[in-house]
Amino acid sequence: MTRSSTRWIAQRLAQMLLVLWVVATLLFLIFRLMPGNPLAAYIDPNFTADQQQALIHEFGLDLPLWQQYLIFLRASAAGSMGQSFFYHAPVAQLVWEALPNTLILVLGAVIIAFLIGATAGAFLAWKRGTALETAGISLALAVRAAPEFWVGMILLAVFSFSLRWFPTSGTASPGAQYASLWRQLTSPDFLRHLALPLVTLVLYLQGLPLLLMRSNMLDVMEEEFIVMARMKGLPERRILLRHAARNALLPVVTAFALVVGYSLQGYVVVENVFSWPGLGRLLVKAVAAKDYPLAQGAFLLIAALAIFMNLAADLFYTWLDPRVSYAKR
Amino acid sequence: MRSGSVGALPRPGQTWAGWRRAAGTLWGVLQHDRFAFAGIVIYALFVLIALSAPLLTPYDPQQTIISGDQLMANRPPSRAYPLGTTNVGRDIFAQLVYGARPALAVGFVAAFFVALIGTSIGIVAGYYGGWLDAVLMRLADVAFGIPYLPFVIVLVAFLGPSLWNIVLTMALLLWKDTARVVRAQVLTLRERGFVEAARVLGSSPRRLMLVHLAPNVLPIALLYGSLAVGWAILTEASVSFLGFGDPARISWGYMLQDAYISQALSGGAYNWFIPPGVCIMLVVMAGYFISRGYEELLFPRLRRR
Repeated sequence: MTRSSTRWIAQRLAQMLLVLWVVATLLFLIFRLMPGNPLAAYIDPNFTADQQQALIHEFGLDLPLWQQYLIFLRASAAGSMGQSFFYHAPVAQLVWEALPNTLILVLGAVIIAFLIGATAGAFLAWKRGTALETAGISLALAVRAAPEFWVGMILLAVFSFSLRWFPTSGTASPGAQYASLWRQLTSPDFLRHLALPLVTLVLYLQGLPLLLMRSNMLDVMEEEFIVMARMKGLPERRILLRHAARNALLPVVTAFALVVGYSLQGYVVVENVFSWPGLGRLLVKAVAAKDYPLAQGAFLLIAALAIFMNLAADLFYTWLDPRVSYAKR
Repeated sequence: MRSGSVGALPRPGQTWAGWRRAAGTLWGVLQHDRFAFAGIVIYALFVLIALSAPLLTPYDPQQTIISGDQLMANRPPSRAYPLGTTNVGRDIFAQLVYGARPALAVGFVAAFFVALIGTSIGIVAGYYGGWLDAVLMRLADVAFGIPYLPFVIVLVAFLGPSLWNIVLTMALLLWKDTARVVRAQVLTLRERGFVEAARVLGSSPRRLMLVHLAPNVLPIALLYGSLAVGWAILTEASVSFLGFGDPARISWGYMLQDAYISQALSGGAYNWFIPPGVCIMLVVMAGYFISRGYEELLFPRLRRR
């Protein structure tokens, strides 16, 4: 690792922290400047007087706003986000429990969507000008335009309620216990629960890699080295896979960050359709139940996750393509 | 963006000539691109449906239909109820046609503001440069870092569930893409002869931006605007589906939420939850089609395909 790359990573990290800080500050202001008693946002009226006093003291709710802000920043940085009204448990514990479920769903869907999208895109470019291409592109566009929760509802109605192939909600059948994460990820019961939400999210995400791959392939196919390969009499399949697809793939990989961003919009809704106990479902439940500390914690972690994934995608493609200069980005 | 692509766009002259020519070019795209034309037709159709909703159905979307002394609940499609009725006896077809109203209102109003705010910020940042540019672009970075749908949910929950609060939160976050691209375009336009000439002739910055720069970035603004229509409609539907929608208006998202929580899925009531999704899909696709037409105007290289 060179000095410039270290500096670039440090810069990106600093930028990421800055954005997180702004998001946290915005949240703080939204929650404190709400109409009504600011205490109401933090203190469950059902708590005993002693509990209320303890919480008021913990958050410094009797102090001026700027001091509250400092307390809030310090607590957030330390990972302490208060107590959930609804679950009567620490917010930090609840969001950390939900995080793995979201990660499995989102990462699984993004990777599968890229594999399928890139393959289908290359195939459609190869079939250029045929009725098959027109049909394929129309289908991909239609699926991309469909609301993802609606696609989830159709899958649920057909494959869960009507055919009974898949369970309708959750991550596991009642009573399921796993010795380790690996056991959980490979257990047939878990995979059956994961299948429909995963397919829904994949359908939502496949459009971008597919369209990008197709248009890149069309570009690359006109380049001289492809003409050269044709003149050499190489078989079409070999040209397509070894020469064209390889070169068309890179810009698709660079769109990874974009797709990760999109998936954020998708997973919040998809998790709610399938009652998948991840961050998106936790956020929606918290907001619906007016559980402010939990809503704030879930939102912060969702934001942090998005920003972190963006950074990871950036790092990944500078590693893949050293031509992407650190200095210029 | 390649500066060469700007050559296809009209050059501004007098105060209104630039705008007139820009409008002419845009109209030309719609006439020549089959996809863009199809998109306009779909929009027009839905606008027509939204306006003539009372003529298309005798029922009110909220009305529970009682025939004799019997509640008309969970009826299959028939002549009287083309798409059947809901579990509390509301006519699904009536909900569908009236549902076009909030969807289109949210879509067009949000897209208008997204394009307006994005273009204004992009032009100002690109034209002035310097610290103003730096501040505005850092603001765009922050807007990019905020998870969009969760933010809309939290804000709408606090501001109160109304259609206009959903529009407001969308306008607050979605301007960033338009602003970035418009800024990049303005950076190249700024150095071109006609802008230089206008400056030498003593045009004020305001006149320069409004008369000379704005008409030239109009296609970009429209491209992002037509994409924003779809985004806005999808967002309204998602927010309504999650239960934070405007309870006073029956939108397509509300219909889907209603079907979801009323066990329409386990009951196999496809006539209830398929139509609203198809409508959303069609309107969003219309946005894609129109934006495709403008993409070809902006990036002529694409035209061959």
